[in-house]
Amino acid sequence: MMAGLFKHREALLLVAIVLLVGAIELRFPGFIAPRNLVSIYNDTAILIILALGQAAVILSRGIDLSIAANLALSGTIAALLNVAFPDLPVILLLAASVASGTLLGAINGLLVWRLSIPPIVVTLGTMTIYRGTIFLLTDGAWVNAHEMTAAFKAVPRATFLDLPVLSWVSLAAIAAMVVVFVYTRLGRAFYAVGGNPHAAVYTGISVGRTHFFAYLIAGSLAGLAGYLWVARYAVAYVDIASGFELDVVAACVIGGISIAGGAGTAIGAVLGALFLGIIKNALPVINISPFWQMAISGAVIIIAVIVNARGSRVKGRVILKKAEHAL
Amino acid sequence: MSMTETRHVPDRLHSRGHRALRSWESLLLVVAVAIFIANSFASPYFLDAWNLSDATFNFTEKALIAFAMALVIISGEIDLSVASIIALASTAMGYALQYGAGTPELVAIGLGVGLLCGAFNGLLITGLGLPSIVVTIGTMSLFRGLSYVVLGDKAFTGYPPGFAYFGQGYVFWVISFELVLFVVTAILFGILLHLTSFGRMVYAVGNNATAARFSGIRVGRVKFLLFLMTGVMSGLAAICLTSRLGSTRPSIAFGWELEVVTMAVLGGINILGGSGTIPGVVLAAIIMGLVTFGFGLMNVPGIVMSIFIGLLLIGVIALPVLYTRLARRMKKSETA
Repeated sequence: MMAGLFKHREALLLVAIVLLVGAIELRFPGFIAPRNLVSIYNDTAILIILALGQAAVILSRGIDLSIAANLALSGTIAALLNVAFPDLPVILLLAASVASGTLLGAINGLLVWRLSIPPIVVTLGTMTIYRGTIFLLTDGAWVNAHEMTAAFKAVPRATFLDLPVLSWVSLAAIAAMVVVFVYTRLGRAFYAVGGNPHAAVYTGISVGRTHFFAYLIAGSLAGLAGYLWVARYAVAYVDIASGFELDVVAACVIGGISIAGGAGTAIGAVLGALFLGIIKNALPVINISPFWQMAISGAVIIIAVIVNARGSRVKGRVILKKAEHAL
Repeated sequence: MSMTETRHVPDRLHSRGHRALRSWESLLLVVAVAIFIANSFASPYFLDAWNLSDATFNFTEKALIAFAMALVIISGEIDLSVASIIALASTAMGYALQYGAGTPELVAIGLGVGLLCGAFNGLLITGLGLPSIVVTIGTMSLFRGLSYVVLGDKAFTGYPPGFAYFGQGYVFWVISFELVLFVVTAILFGILLHLTSFGRMVYAVGNNATAARFSGIRVGRVKFLLFLMTGVMSGLAAICLTSRLGSTRPSIAFGWELEVVTMAVLGGINILGGSGTIPGVVLAAIIMGLVTFGFGLMNVPGIVMSIFIGLLLIGVIALPVLYTRLARRMKKSETA
């Protein structure tokens, strides 16, 4: 029954998304043209990738405010390597970006795990440190499109079966994270630690290590998104994706991930990101000035929280669905 | 359960590490003095009354909010919308200016908008029982978004000369009005938190809200008042900042919410609620102001300063934990 409720939550969001898209389509036909939907999805792909990582962290009762700074630093490292060694294959640059993201995530995770510093403080600190490091690496200069090699910029834009590689990567990330959340011990540990850390200890789960792996995953996804962002927009500088961490948290919250940890799904985070992405893409279509965008997304977040709070009077979550059915 | 298995925040008021360092505030004082001395060596222009007075603007406005934020965090909540309240209050003042509002009206509007924003946050959080971190992420976008809706990419300018006093006036020689406001506010908040029953309630709510409720404290009302407070203080900061800059832009005070939270946490306010002091926040504000100013004198860009603040934040918070561990290890090796 509980599982049904949570399925219901995601279904509700899906219905909201369909209604939203339908309403826009009614006034402005052509919005649901496949080509347009693909482009909206592609525009939201990076937000989706980051929201998946953030979901792991928030589920286990943490928060990662450094996720956008991590993206910016990792992406900048890939861009700088590309400028310095134009002959390096793109796959190596991508690997460098992911490695950098993973390392930065590990730093967050270690500080939370080994030094017992609250996640919000750790990531508040590393957020400014990571962004500052970009300045030290680039001396404040921009890495521009003409400095990057064509191959470097081409990857996210290349299409496969009419879908850009950027979208494919995000689909792969969704698949991977759904597997992690639903079918692995680590995924269950996220829920257990977030739901009740003390109980988790007694069941033999290391709370600190679970946090560490959540940050590691969030970091590697941020590193992946870093290369994609820099290559897609063909520019790297200190302020790329500035403030994006809050969009990512917002996507998770809209998607029904409880900020207190322990409840929510990977698909929920994806739907939350899509909801934000559609609103962002629809505003120019329906002739609303982009200046409204922030106010509207703020209102959406508040409404989503209120709706979510109504649905979650019962706290907690069944972790072992199979065992529940067996009963 | 070993130390690594249960993650908990070092309780600075009681931990051994903390006692060994005497107190958080004395540690901050040492850091502040060290940075002051380092600054005076780093630049010959540092020890100049006007320069130092100038340096205070780096922290006074943020500190006004940080005092109220400290109380909110002690009560176990957080307010991430403060910088956006500044933007909205500043925008409202600029809008009123177009209709010929004078200085008293501008001040009333600034404080009033702050109060309304705080009430909105407070109602959502205490009235509907929603988590403050999410609500204020939402209102952060909403309030600043409304400023963008009103202003677009324009700016309001042309504030009356009398209004300039709040951000540019001097009470006595080099003592700016903002510095006086900082001192007065610090004292008022210090009294409120440390000497009144309301202050005790704030600690009680942050330590254990359920226990506080059973002991007759109206938890919701205390929290509502605290959000009103951050709102009003943000309005006050908006008046000072708008007056100092002489203009309103929707991007005003962008990113300040995190600096204000950093200031409070560096000042020893436990981010999980329940402990911390106002003198700590005062020292943290001064430290952050000195770091900004010192790096500025050495022509180090602001972003590098933020690396330092980040390292300082993590380093200082990690210190008691590291110290406790080191002490335990040394004790072990002695017995071995």
